[in-house]
Amino acid sequence: MADEEQMPPMLDRYRVLDLTGNRGALCGKALAELGADVIKVEKPGGDPSRTIGPFYQDIPGPERSLPWLAFNLNKRGITLNIETSKGQELFKRLIRTADFVIESFTPGYLDNLDLGYSSLSEINPGIILTSITPFGQTGPYSGYNAPDLITMAMSGYLYLCGDSDRPPVRFSSDQSYLQGSLQAAVGTLIAHYHRELSGEGQHVDVSVQESMVWALCYAPLDWYLLKALGQTRQGGYWQRFGVTYRVIWPCKDGYVAYRLLMAQPGANAMNEFVASLNAEGLGEDMKGIDWSNLRFDQVPQEDIDRWEDQIGTYFLRHTKRELHEEAVRQRNVLQPVNTMQDIIESPQLAARDFWVEVEHPELNTAITYPGPYFKSTETAWHKGHRAPLIGEHNEEIYEKELGLSKEELSALMNDNII
Amino acid sequence: MMKNNALAGLKVVDFSWVFTGPIVTKYLGDHGAEVIKIESAVQPDGTRVITPFKDGIPGIDRSGVFANYNSSKYSITINLQEPRGVEIARKLVARADIVLETFAPGAMSRLGLDYDELQKVKPDIIMLSMSMFGQYGPYSNQPTFGQLLQTTNGFAHLLGWPDRAPSLPVAPYTDYIAPWYILIALLAALDYRRRTGKGQYIDLSMHEASAHFTAPELLAYTVNNRIQNRMGNRCPDAAPHGVYPCKGHDRWCTIAVFNNDEWQALCQVMGNPGWARSSSFDTLLHRRENNEELDRLIGEWTINYAPEDIMDRLQAAGVAAGVVQTGEDLIDNDPQLRHRQHFVEMNHAETGNHLTERPPFRLSRTPSEPQRPFPSFGEHTEYICQEILGMGDAEFAELVGTGVLY
Repeated sequence: MADEEQMPPMLDRYRVLDLTGNRGALCGKALAELGADVIKVEKPGGDPSRTIGPFYQDIPGPERSLPWLAFNLNKRGITLNIETSKGQELFKRLIRTADFVIESFTPGYLDNLDLGYSSLSEINPGIILTSITPFGQTGPYSGYNAPDLITMAMSGYLYLCGDSDRPPVRFSSDQSYLQGSLQAAVGTLIAHYHRELSGEGQHVDVSVQESMVWALCYAPLDWYLLKALGQTRQGGYWQRFGVTYRVIWPCKDGYVAYRLLMAQPGANAMNEFVASLNAEGLGEDMKGIDWSNLRFDQVPQEDIDRWEDQIGTYFLRHTKRELHEEAVRQRNVLQPVNTMQDIIESPQLAARDFWVEVEHPELNTAITYPGPYFKSTETAWHKGHRAPLIGEHNEEIYEKELGLSKEELSALMNDNII
Repeated sequence: MMKNNALAGLKVVDFSWVFTGPIVTKYLGDHGAEVIKIESAVQPDGTRVITPFKDGIPGIDRSGVFANYNSSKYSITINLQEPRGVEIARKLVARADIVLETFAPGAMSRLGLDYDELQKVKPDIIMLSMSMFGQYGPYSNQPTFGQLLQTTNGFAHLLGWPDRAPSLPVAPYTDYIAPWYILIALLAALDYRRRTGKGQYIDLSMHEASAHFTAPELLAYTVNNRIQNRMGNRCPDAAPHGVYPCKGHDRWCTIAVFNNDEWQALCQVMGNPGWARSSSFDTLLHRRENNEELDRLIGEWTINYAPEDIMDRLQAAGVAAGVVQTGEDLIDNDPQLRHRQHFVEMNHAETGNHLTERPPFRLSRTPSEPQRPFPSFGEHTEYICQEILGMGDAEFAELVGTGVLY
């Protein structure tokens, strides 16, 4: 690939006004990292999601929230109270030069402020307004209060996760709003493609529940086609329609993920893998089997149990790094069950320059963030700047762009409008 | 309102298979793009041969997941081991805007269909290769699957109970992150091409894209040197925050209380039981300290009701609560998904009705709508060769006869 430093980002001529809290922040970030000028519009005093931990050095503070920093990277920031008529007037002026507006308020909130899609499109017919809510703008659940635990449950995802003898369990990380936010960016760019051909903007109405339903794969179709709940939660095992196999295995210092005979690549690697077992006096009866032509569903369960027992013993003698390095060498499918530390130490991610160091002068440090998820022959992921401080770009936007005087700006600040 | 025309005129040649790539091209097709899916008889798309099947009968045109992920597409079956098969693929690329492929790194080169070759027939082509780890790097040639890769990304370590081994996410979770990043990159590349006239080759890694979904947890390590561990259903900012048993077999509801107003509202709906007035539960801090006892007491209340009752009553009082829905609930019971028409039933000429999901966003002027049901295996081979590529009858028959086309 050519020198990335010289390459332009793909979306650097567009402006986004980002009104979202934590439930929609990834949408604007996904556009900002492709070069869009994303301006976070916070209420005076800062967005409430700045209070969500964990915090830099575990000390709470509006410029120290790690989720906030992570999902607002590369954005600029202004403050504005859109619940006041002065604030609404200023917001409408900003709409004239904006291409996109992203919001995650309760359905109806912007309409009540006369800032809904119909009002915004009168000012700027090309504007694309993207709304990210738990269940969408209309419908019987549209007003429901739904943090991640609720949308995960309502999507059907939660039911299938965890151990069979305990309640269903969620990821210990809010995932459903990331799904909704990122799919929102997709819908936004589809609307943009249409706008560039037709001049027409539109309203993009995103449901977080539906976004998460997408991640289920089988469950709705099992019911529709077979009237069956084909999957149940089985901890580290995978079970569908009564067929069970082990996927997560303990090893010497943690866990690895491996599935016996996983499709052709798994079978191809078996001879070498069995040789590794044999070298330690394990898996003697696995020698000489024609793995490539074995039908896993026709192998007697007691054979599988015996093989899994031998493999499990082998894994317990080795660390996950050893097992993974061996799998890379043997082109076997095994993966380490990684912690965040393992991911950060990955040689693969280092080889692709995945991590980016972003300066935080106020914290007197640089912070390492996940970076480019693609390489291109022509364009580059945009390594910009840290998330904005509260109201950091008020002067740039209100004075330089909207032409307010210093006195007007400070009066608006005194009135708690900015 | 003009349905499914947002991307009208866009042409996509799709070499991808299984979940991630086909989801991408379904989204494009359901918004009006022309998607030509290149299929192989030697190794059909794995999704064509997985359960659930229509009526429970296996068959290459009977898979429910395939039906879901392949609406709006044309299917052409080509033997890409044959030079003349490769030539047909190149002709399709010559009239396309986008090429998507998800083979192991190097496979397209071996077929003579890598970016350098395709650029010769279409100089401004946008080509995206998605692979597990990217096209280069020490792990790029290790074969693996989303079911295992999700653990490489930390999603198993973050799922489950602190006193137990990690749990396996039910479906390959990273397979449901990569499609959205691929779509964003492709749509941005189209915009870039429209303004500059330049196409590009994009090497996208599922592992890297998925790392963005644990960005705060990664930062917790890079700045605080702390490894985030799984914590069941606990949340540092809420209590109660859990999954509670309800009336019926394996029925559950979720309740999440982030502040004291919500706590008071929950107590009121529960009928203000005496225990709820205890100082053990009067503040978020105390409720967190006594989480286990709190969960047990709430469970003694919820077990008397259906999860829908709990949700409706608590939501009416402003408390976050939901049903732990099953596949049955999503299809038969959920009035919101029905209102949004999330699942669309489509009639496939040979195998009857199938479901396909709609993207979770509704565009007010140009909403998605599947153009047609999923294609039968090779359904459009003749149409594409003759109507789109202008091949004559004799040539077509000869290519079929010699096994270049199936």
